[in-house]
Amino acid sequence: MGRYLLKRMWHGVIVIFGVTLLVFVVTRLVGDPVKVMLPLEATLEQRAAFEKQLGLDRSIPLQFLDFVGDVAHLDFGDSLWQHRPAMEIVFEKLPLTIQLTIVGIGLAFFLSIPLGIIAALRPGGIVDRTTVFFSLIGFSIPQFWLGLLLIVIFAVKFHWLPTSGIGTPTHIILPAITMGLPALARLVMMVRSAMIDELNQQYVKTGYAKGIPFWRVVGVHAMRNAALPVVTLLGWEVIRAVAGYSVVVETVFAWPGIGLTAIQAIEREDLILLQSIVFTVGIMVVLINILMDMVYTIIDPRLKLQ
Amino acid sequence: MAEATNIEKMLGGRWLDWLQGLRNLGQELWRDKTGFTGVVLIGVLLFMAVAAPLIAPHDPSTQDLRARLRPPVWEEKGTWKHVLGTDHLGRDVLSRVIYGSRVSLLVGTAVVFVAGTFGVVMGLLAGYRGGRTDSYVMRWIDTQVAFPGLLLALIILAVIGPSMITVIIVLSLNGWMVYGRMTRGAVLSVRQTPYVEAAEILGCKGKRVIFRHILPNLTSPLLTLAILEFARIVLAEAALSFLGLGIQPPATSWGLDVANGKNYMFRAWWLVTMPGIAIAITVLAINLVASWMRLISDPQEREKQFARQTTVRRRRQSRRLVSREEAGV
Repeated sequence: MGRYLLKRMWHGVIVIFGVTLLVFVVTRLVGDPVKVMLPLEATLEQRAAFEKQLGLDRSIPLQFLDFVGDVAHLDFGDSLWQHRPAMEIVFEKLPLTIQLTIVGIGLAFFLSIPLGIIAALRPGGIVDRTTVFFSLIGFSIPQFWLGLLLIVIFAVKFHWLPTSGIGTPTHIILPAITMGLPALARLVMMVRSAMIDELNQQYVKTGYAKGIPFWRVVGVHAMRNAALPVVTLLGWEVIRAVAGYSVVVETVFAWPGIGLTAIQAIEREDLILLQSIVFTVGIMVVLINILMDMVYTIIDPRLKLQ
Repeated sequence: MAEATNIEKMLGGRWLDWLQGLRNLGQELWRDKTGFTGVVLIGVLLFMAVAAPLIAPHDPSTQDLRARLRPPVWEEKGTWKHVLGTDHLGRDVLSRVIYGSRVSLLVGTAVVFVAGTFGVVMGLLAGYRGGRTDSYVMRWIDTQVAFPGLLLALIILAVIGPSMITVIIVLSLNGWMVYGRMTRGAVLSVRQTPYVEAAEILGCKGKRVIFRHILPNLTSPLLTLAILEFARIVLAEAALSFLGLGIQPPATSWGLDVANGKNYMFRAWWLVTMPGIAIAITVLAINLVASWMRLISDPQEREKQFARQTTVRRRRQSRRLVSREEAGV
């Protein structure tokens, strides 16, 4: 277990290094960070001073070492937009994104298991076909559009819920639903197909033959075997939510998390803040990946031997 | 002369075979109503994209400030001149939706082509060469898969600046790994089969083995994957355009139009709704086709479906017999 974990962590370090290299190439060699961050009317002296401030007047290998150091310390300097350490902003916004992810994806996960199992009990039946149809619709709807529709219906028309922002606990309902619905659709399909596969296995018949109650055969014996692909997808959904959907959902609902901040950083051409966000979230994703690997070995102890 | 008729016959025969194959496929499609709906919808979309200048009632970027924010025709103030209403600059929403299909389909096709080609080539290389090539390619894929693509896309788009080309590049960069993995896995399993070994023993060069003996076996899973990816890319392009990081005005894109309509959401619901419905229908149609394709390309599923159909037919027949008997009595 320890050796396995060490190997996964080493892989995580490689991933982060690869990303560092890519970001360095894109920002320093393909694009010009000074041109992005300074206004067009900046004088040559201002440009030179700014380059010096960022250390861009040095040779490329030295710049790269600098950059690797920044990544290792997870410190890229002060935000150009808010004039304070960029990491301070990141840690201020991050909890809100995590909160949204936990509520949204958690909702999707707990709904997907009963729905998927019910659909899997009679494949091709009316319940199954309805579930599949709604799942298909669920992951065909663009997320930003779903969010806007929910705002129009529940906030503008019926005045049941606030349109956007944070404050009261009701503020999280609409963004969480928007975040969770596509994930729910994919998870239901996964639970369903994994359960159909398992329920066709011999051990299920054996279980019934031995007189084990129905709910135990389905809920314990089959479910445990079907769990592996479901947990894999769950991990991916969490990663996608933190590092992808958050940008869209938070923009729609003006939820001041890390995704909205990333978009604002792009609008205000604050490359330092953007890099801080990308690397923080990137490291989080790598950690989630390692966590998932650990969960696998708990679900399926055979994996430990390999 | 005789030769010519023979050739004609041969060509005709082949043509007929092909037609027959198409007909069989059509019949199978007709049986699966959801897949049929998907194919029809995609046909309509393709027609919309190709014939946009012919069928769009107005130019998508012509402004008419006197006719701003007109509602669709079925609302109280709607007119037939603007069937789906107009936006805040008086541009015709229906025309913009029609032209928007061009961007979605273009970006989708381009990304599937670029990412698919690159992924398949890398997968073939890794799977066929094996050894060090394989481990390098796989490590590259693992590294890229482990890091969320959107984050990198944000940095790239921020530095290089958004445009249709950047969107295609960014989405291709993020999407090639699935094809690579699938191709490599399939190559590894096909390589062990007797017919590939036979081809190698007969002296086929690597290129011939790959393209004549291995690649044809990958066509149907790769096609299904490409269609699924297409759906994902249409959504991704719309999301990027919505965030202002994709297609830039004055060009039209469904995602961009939703973003524009957002500011007038409370007064003019159709501005957000119409392009959104267009995206949803497109993605739904592609997903329907993909799930149908998965069904017909999987022998096990086909068998199940065949069994199901036979039962239904038998049941129907017996019911008919019973009712006939009842009528006779």
